[in-house]
Amino acid sequence: MKKFLHRFRDYAALVLILVALVALFGSLSNHFLTAATFNSVANRIPTLTLVATGMTLVLIIGGIDLSVGSVLALAAAVLGVLLVDWHWPLLLSALAAVAVGVAAGFFNGFVCVKLRVPSFIVTLGTLEMARGLAYLTTNSQTKYLAGKVDALAQPIAGLPITPATLLAVLVVVAAQFMLSRAVIGRKMIAIGTNEAATRLAGIATAPVKVFVFATAGALAGLGAICQSARLGASDPNGGVGLELSAIAAAVIGGTSLSGGKGSVVCTFIGVLIIATLEAGLAQIGASEPVKRLVTGAVIVLAVVADGLRKKSQS
Amino acid sequence: MSSAPDTFLHVRGLNKSFAAPVLRDFDLTVRVAEVHALVGANGAGKSTLARILAGLLSRDAGEITLLGQPHEPRFRRQAQAAGVTLMLQELNVLPTLSIAENLFLHALPSRFGLVDRQALRAKARAALARVGLGHLDPDTPAAALGVGQQQLVELAAALAEKCRLLILDEPTAALTARETETLFKNIQQLQQQGVSVIYISHRMDELRRICDRVSVLRDGQRVATLPMAEASTPELVKLMAGREMPTHPAPRQRQPGAVALSVQQLCAGAAVQDVSFEVRGGEILGISGLVGAGRTETLRAIFGADRCDGGSITIQGRATNIRQPSDAVAAGLALVPEDRKQHGLLLPQSIRVNGTLAALKNIFIRRDDETSATARLVERLAVKCNSAEQAVSTLSGGNQQKIVIGRWLLPDSKVLLLDEPTRGVDVPAKEAIYKLLRELADDGKAIVIVSSELPELMALCDRIAVMSAGRIVREFLPHEWTPEKLTEAAFRGHLTA
Repeated sequence: MKKFLHRFRDYAALVLILVALVALFGSLSNHFLTAATFNSVANRIPTLTLVATGMTLVLIIGGIDLSVGSVLALAAAVLGVLLVDWHWPLLLSALAAVAVGVAAGFFNGFVCVKLRVPSFIVTLGTLEMARGLAYLTTNSQTKYLAGKVDALAQPIAGLPITPATLLAVLVVVAAQFMLSRAVIGRKMIAIGTNEAATRLAGIATAPVKVFVFATAGALAGLGAICQSARLGASDPNGGVGLELSAIAAAVIGGTSLSGGKGSVVCTFIGVLIIATLEAGLAQIGASEPVKRLVTGAVIVLAVVADGLRKKSQS
Repeated sequence: MSSAPDTFLHVRGLNKSFAAPVLRDFDLTVRVAEVHALVGANGAGKSTLARILAGLLSRDAGEITLLGQPHEPRFRRQAQAAGVTLMLQELNVLPTLSIAENLFLHALPSRFGLVDRQALRAKARAALARVGLGHLDPDTPAAALGVGQQQLVELAAALAEKCRLLILDEPTAALTARETETLFKNIQQLQQQGVSVIYISHRMDELRRICDRVSVLRDGQRVATLPMAEASTPELVKLMAGREMPTHPAPRQRQPGAVALSVQQLCAGAAVQDVSFEVRGGEILGISGLVGAGRTETLRAIFGADRCDGGSITIQGRATNIRQPSDAVAAGLALVPEDRKQHGLLLPQSIRVNGTLAALKNIFIRRDDETSATARLVERLAVKCNSAEQAVSTLSGGNQQKIVIGRWLLPDSKVLLLDEPTRGVDVPAKEAIYKLLRELADDGKAIVIVSSELPELMALCDRIAVMSAGRIVREFLPHEWTPEKLTEAAFRGHLTA
């Protein structure tokens, strides 16, 4: 119970920021607290949530995955080509998109572990390679999916929730459960805290690390499907800069860039904060430069506030 | 000021708390040109006192004077300006900078705003010569030095200042015998120049050689100050622990079982050459030798932590192919590494997470099992803590080490390899570790201990193998060994090489 309250206090600070943002934009704009805004936010978050969940896991083992945006574009490109040009059924095409993500993630993890290249560098390379492959796959053209995957982004039974949102929330819950209750989650935290000590405690670290990168890739693949569903198209230009938004969401949620510490639920709240900011700033008519300025400032503020909160606790 | 005229440092009513009080109404007087030993269990407050004197920590309350002048440093350089220098337990060397730059980083000689390399080199050479490192090129990057040499460079940096009180916190933990001699020679020279020294160590033989008086700390208070010559070791241990404690009980007779671990012709890099030995169940084998003799490397190679170039390892009669530590653990081996902070612990994580790290299996974590297993571990090893959810970084060194060892009680390890299991560990924790190891041996486990402390090995082991220059040069049985013979064997590889 004490532990639960403690955990809840971690969430409470983030939820407070979120509520404050909603209240702020609600008071600044008459149109903010409407179903339309909620819909637009709910529609935007699944992709970032999925990718940021994968990113959080990678950050927890002390790595980083810069390739997720490009991998997402590659997976979307494969999805589009299979659906439109090859006329594959939806399910198979979707599976193929996820498989592309897994393959890219596996490549990242494998090079990291076997060739001992830092993940920053491997995934920086994959960022370029996957983007190139995405252009090659689609001949640099956007594939219009003509309603083939729209179902994922359609509201369920009139509620402002889409299957994609549900999927994202489900993934968050599953990932958080893995982190706190599964042995592999414990191993991930141990590796991120002190890899040498973890290895010497008899834990095979390589499979865990490869698993985490492959998971991040798979989630980028799922993200690609959600994104394509929302846009009704698969765009090889999609997901540019997504890795930075994902890192931002994780960091706002208190995940440590040096590894060993992080929560997927907190990352999810971080995603909500970013999405609310974007929607709210758009509503009050902020220009693109101003939006970026404010979003950047919020990232820094959130991390500073988190640091202060921890200091006051200890 | 009421203190005697030859008092250099006077501490009165010093208090400092972190979560719990660490120093309570602490008093201490150090005379001019005195080498004053501080002894006490880990967590008694020695290092905290040193850090307060050196300006690394602030005090909560209390008065500190140097020759009657108040000493209230707010940071390290301020304390150094007042003549108080602490040589840290953890090294403070910047590895990529040269020795010379490390020595004079705070005051690089400059001309027209540029570093005056020539002057820097000359100053560095002079400082190095003082600590017996005159043969080193001051332009060498500090990373190229051994740990002991790095420590002497730190000492050189301290001596380059106008030092009136030098504080040494476990200075010889990483030093070779020769480097220790250099250190002692320097301390004696400083003493002749009127410098006071506070010397913190667990090693009684060292204290006896160089200290004038000794103060015993217990639970944040000074319980006694004695002239070193009049303080017997059992008496000091009793004062530290607050109760009578046998320092070195006689080895017990055990009936060794079947061969548990057999290492044949093990080779690993230049450090381990053709090492063969056997340990039986219920037997404690000690591996003695000088620093750099290849003892740590031998254990790491057996455990799969480092590459092994040849040789075979058989566990309970079964040949193994150990490529990484997880293979070793699966085969029934356990390793307690030399450096518990770098290689043993997940410092920010809890006692529970650290204590169960080697026992993770299946798919899901069973929280209740973990909690009860941790409680058993804490009880059996008498770990001093408030809760099993406490981060291990908040424990004292001895209690941290208990967790690293206790971790291996959960999986059913057959052979325990321990590398310097009591380094930097206070006396009561040492006794707890010795007791545990004897119990484990009685339970039939095979134990291999690498240690630089001969009394420890002689008290614990059924057999001692001595390594020298990468080889085992001789094995001793209890009736054969004496400290002299063991030491002579440790040097043997160097005589023939």
